[in-house]
Amino acid sequence: MNEFVRATLETVYMVLTSSIISVVIGLPLGVLLILVRPEGLRPKPNLYRAIDVTINVLRSIPFMILMIVVFPLSRLLVGRATGTTATIVPLAILAIPFVARIMEQSFLEVDYGVLEAGLASGATIGQLVRTVLIPEALPALVNGVTITIINIIGNSAMAGAIGGGGLGDLAIRYGLYRRNSLNLFVAVAITIAFVQIVQFLGRLIENRLRRDGTSPAL
Amino acid sequence: MCVIRVEHLRKSFLLDKTAIHAVDDVSFSVDEGEVFGLIGLSGAGKSTLVRCLNLLERPDSGEIWFDGLNLVEQDDSVLREKRCRMGIIFQHFNLFMRKTVWENVAYPLRIAGQRTKEIIPRVEELLDYIGLSAHARSYPAELSGGQQQRVGIARALAMNPRLLLSDEATSALDPVNTELVLSMLRKVVDDLGIAVILITHQMEVAKALCDRIAVMENGKIVEENTVEELFLRPRHAVTRRMIRGFDEDIPLEHFADLTSAPVYRLGFRSQTVTRPLISDISRRFNVDANILAGNINALVGGDVGYLVVSFEGEEEAVCGALSSLHEDGVEILKLEPGNGQNNGVGLHAKEEVR
Ligand SMILES: Nc1ncnc2c1ncn2[C@@H]1O[C@H](COP(=O)(O)OP(=O)(O)O)[C@@H](O)[C@H]1O
Ligand SMILES: [Mg+2]
Repeated sequence: MNEFVRATLETVYMVLTSSIISVVIGLPLGVLLILVRPEGLRPKPNLYRAIDVTINVLRSIPFMILMIVVFPLSRLLVGRATGTTATIVPLAILAIPFVARIMEQSFLEVDYGVLEAGLASGATIGQLVRTVLIPEALPALVNGVTITIINIIGNSAMAGAIGGGGLGDLAIRYGLYRRNSLNLFVAVAITIAFVQIVQFLGRLIENRLRRDGTSPAL
Repeated sequence: MCVIRVEHLRKSFLLDKTAIHAVDDVSFSVDEGEVFGLIGLSGAGKSTLVRCLNLLERPDSGEIWFDGLNLVEQDDSVLREKRCRMGIIFQHFNLFMRKTVWENVAYPLRIAGQRTKEIIPRVEELLDYIGLSAHARSYPAELSGGQQQRVGIARALAMNPRLLLSDEATSALDPVNTELVLSMLRKVVDDLGIAVILITHQMEVAKALCDRIAVMENGKIVEENTVEELFLRPRHAVTRRMIRGFDEDIPLEHFADLTSAPVYRLGFRSQTVTRPLISDISRRFNVDANILAGNINALVGGDVGYLVVSFEGEEEAVCGALSSLHEDGVEILKLEPGNGQNNGVGLHAKEEVR
């Protein structure tokens, strides 16, 4: 198989898998954060502070450092420390707190009065989250997921430098080490195209979701 | 029949270690088919009180009797069931912005677990009732404020509530839409015979709709009466300030400062409002009646009016004139000079005379 096709597929695999994992874990965390905020519907200030600090600490670790730190964890979870599958672990770990925070911010934009209207209609907290909180915040959530995926693409390229596979790996091995600037250029171009496609699709979905006369997409 | 009865309700908030008594020992009850107004200036505790009624805010103490239960003692599942028997409409409508008008109205029904088959005819009936069937597929942001509030009303009525809570439902609307929403609420009360608790800081809204009004200040109900009585005989300074709030710029007490002669507020009921009582006593008792201010208000139960009058003449003549007015059913309140903050002692003409 062509090296470029293989590297692109590796990147797509890494990025999609870690994006899905980070949203599957980060979204419920974002919901938890918004509920247990001191002024939330189920205030638990101590729990909130604990998660809040953890998120801030995780988000301040540079990706390269984190990747090295979680080598043992990757080995434990997927059997190896390097390679495409192993790289998913640090990618997801770094994206989860980012997703949680960005979801929390999106939920904050939902007017409290609208939540109150849901509760006054007889909704449980669980129903409120599913039928009001998430649907009302959806365009902002989609925007958040788009930004997350683009971040992960950037990090995955970096991962290539220390044996992560994918387009970053290709750019370094074929482009940098073999001084083949054409290869380097193609790898970079594919990465840029990848980001553009994600950006475009995200916008498209977000704009479609905003066809309700509420604020237009930026 | 009594729909809701509130006993000694209290709710306070801690703000910088000082307690704010937002609702302070409030008791009242509302009957079927009755519109009960709760008026008060902003910060009086009105919103906190409604939020306590459907337990969106947990009261510190007191009882809320509704549907035969003291809501304060119920667990969450009973509360949720009772909440939808208590529709609520809000100042800023609080519609679900990403749901269509149809879905907004259907929401309480869906939450209650009804099937789409049952929901469709009910939502269509409600949309027809508020006159927005043509907008079923629109989103709230595409509607005017008045239309949005009508959607709010339909959503509140979806579960056939026994009580409708309205928190400043017209305060964000222009006069035309205010009128529209008020007539809609009137229609709801007349058609469905449910009880309404109408919260407002606008006296003209309360007077257009309410049968009975309670005036709130600092978390307490300071005065409660039928609308007619309240306009005729406002006892509390806040009430008078609110009554004058929409038709005068200065507090009534101010008139007492204008002249050394005694100043009275004369309240006229619907029977007396059209009679030439002032020129009559002027002639009979030889007193000069100087009219300083006046107004007639159209209320649900009939028109009431008031005049602020200073009487000049012999003390005995003035007393005679006042008792004659009292016998004619005029409510008399002596206005004491001051800065408009005093409570103005209500004096019956008879007591004056003695
Ligand atoms: N969640 C809260 N925390 C602290 N203070 C509050 C809260 N809600 C209301 N208050 C205070 O309670 C008082 C009554 O407020 P509110 O019920 O909104 O009055 P109104 O609706 O009559 O304008 C105000 O002093 C307000 O600042
Ligand atoms: Mg209020």
